[in-house]
Amino acid sequence: MDINRREFLKIAGASTAIGLLGGWKAVELLAPGDVEAKYLQNPKVLTAKRWAMVVDMKKMNQETAKNCIEACHRIHNVPDIGDSKREIKWIWLEPFENAFPGQHQEHLAEQLTGQSFIVMCNHCDNPPCVRVCPTKATWKREDGIIMMDQHRCIGCRFCMAACPFGSRSFNWMDPRPFIKKRSPDYPTREKGVVEKCNFCAERLAKGQMPACVEASNGALIFGDMGDPGSEPRKILHTHYTLTRKTHLGTNPQVYYLV
Amino acid sequence: MFEKALVGDRKYWGLIIALLAIVGIGFIIYLWQLKVGLKITGMSRDVSWGFYIAQFTYLVGIAASAVMVVLPYYLHDYKAFGRITVLGEFLAVAAVTMCGLFIIVDLGKPMRLANIALHPTLNSVMFWDMIVLNMYLLLNITIGWAVLEAERNEAPPPKWVKPLIYLSIPWAPCIHIVTAFLYSGIPGRGFWLTAIMAPRFLSSAFASGPALLILLALLIRKFSKFDPGREQIQTLAKIVTYCIIINVLFFLFEVFTVFYSQIPEHMHHFEYLFFGIEGYGKLVPWMWISFIGMTIAGISLAIPRIRRNETTLAIGCALVIVTTWIDKGLGLITGGFVPNPFDRITEYWPTVPETLIALGVWAVGFLILSILYKIAVSVKEEIMT
Repeated sequence: MDINRREFLKIAGASTAIGLLGGWKAVELLAPGDVEAKYLQNPKVLTAKRWAMVVDMKKMNQETAKNCIEACHRIHNVPDIGDSKREIKWIWLEPFENAFPGQHQEHLAEQLTGQSFIVMCNHCDNPPCVRVCPTKATWKREDGIIMMDQHRCIGCRFCMAACPFGSRSFNWMDPRPFIKKRSPDYPTREKGVVEKCNFCAERLAKGQMPACVEASNGALIFGDMGDPGSEPRKILHTHYTLTRKTHLGTNPQVYYLV
Repeated sequence: MFEKALVGDRKYWGLIIALLAIVGIGFIIYLWQLKVGLKITGMSRDVSWGFYIAQFTYLVGIAASAVMVVLPYYLHDYKAFGRITVLGEFLAVAAVTMCGLFIIVDLGKPMRLANIALHPTLNSVMFWDMIVLNMYLLLNITIGWAVLEAERNEAPPPKWVKPLIYLSIPWAPCIHIVTAFLYSGIPGRGFWLTAIMAPRFLSSAFASGPALLILLALLIRKFSKFDPGREQIQTLAKIVTYCIIINVLFFLFEVFTVFYSQIPEHMHHFEYLFFGIEGYGKLVPWMWISFIGMTIAGISLAIPRIRRNETTLAIGCALVIVTTWIDKGLGLITGGFVPNPFDRITEYWPTVPETLIALGVWAVGFLILSILYKIAVSVKEEIMT
């Protein structure tokens, strides 16, 4: 078999390339992960065993609530669709009897009837939405936050049927034209996926408190339920608090101090 | 065998072209939905599943009912049904195909459908539903085709089909039980949170499926030389009768528990569906027609004279099909979402584009059914001559 210089170089070049690729694979097989770039955590990151929130209803007035909602929706690029049937919301107000149906009674304490409660995803400890999702697009982090992967979600909306709190919204249309001013801090979404409050996981990673907590003048208390010395844990220890639809056993992690 | 589907008279081709036209219209509107999103449907944040998922649920029932002809023939050696098992199996094939399509048209991101298989999630009922439905489709097309081919060659069916047939018998109720579990395991929806959901699904399935099969058998007799047989139709009629009566009873059992216990979370949905709440009651007339119609169908089909007369039987079967369709295809899904988790009412009604897409999917199903039945009937006619 005769080969000239040119062909020889071609074959030699190609086999070197294949060899290099194979070698790379071998390194990966023998020492997995070691050759890839290491993921570095922001040193300021806020961590917890179990993130939770307490809503102090004595401090939470309409004005404060409005600020919380505005801050959250602005930072997370939540569109203002303007149609209650197709709207998207992460955090909003509901009268007591709607936020706590079944706990409403005829002679309820006067200050509760009609009082607006700020509601959001409860980041349940036993979340039905995670249980039903067929693609693991929604899952529970080790610190308790219920996350959403909008790149994996197939838009089946099983999670919306499963959530007893109406916390989830679906993008019935392209949301981008309905975002007044785009925030660079959080990605926008496409039509056809589900979204909801994420306890500002992206801010916690940078050492910041959730946007609503920051805007709440102390009406929202956020902290580690797994730490006996944490602020929310101390409140729960000394005060009677409510959670929404406690009887369903989802174990909501947003507590209401009334 | 497929060549049988390629020759036919004017009526056959007329039907095929008409169905193709409906499929085409539905497909074009689906492309529009793909472009602008599911906002073209009547669904909302509160009623997040609608007509598509309801049709899916109803059709799983139609598909499951094939077992009502397969089981008596293979397990009880009820020879008469040997003539029509293939009709049951091919009906199941068409119905399951529609189920799959209804899931796809309902997805916000259909291009990501494969994620269900790429990230298998054992705790999701939808994952299991995907498995059982696809397997059921495969079983029925394989069995139906193999047995029909053997029949054509006037030979016994190949040995490997038998185990598949025995597998398909328990598999049929499974598809509907798993589909019921989609709903009955969800904590916050009082309407669905009931153990009788799966039994109700089965009873309405085994009424509506065989009822449709009877109508199809009567049509086949009218338009071809193959007669599915009077005895066969009469046995199916008895199955329809018992199952629709059981279905009405199951519904009443649920009504008793819901209203005697007086638990609001369970009652509100029934109140909305049957009486309306705060002036909202789009489904009220439908639900009453469904309930009363089912009861009338059950009682009248129980009367031998009515059941034995094929004209009145056909009317009874049509009534069963329509009333069970209203129950599952309209009431079941919307009823679960209204009132919403905030005890508020947002009503739902399918939009025109949504209905046309749904009709397109139905047309795909009937297209498959027409082609498969054409093949089956031609083979049966060939054997007779």
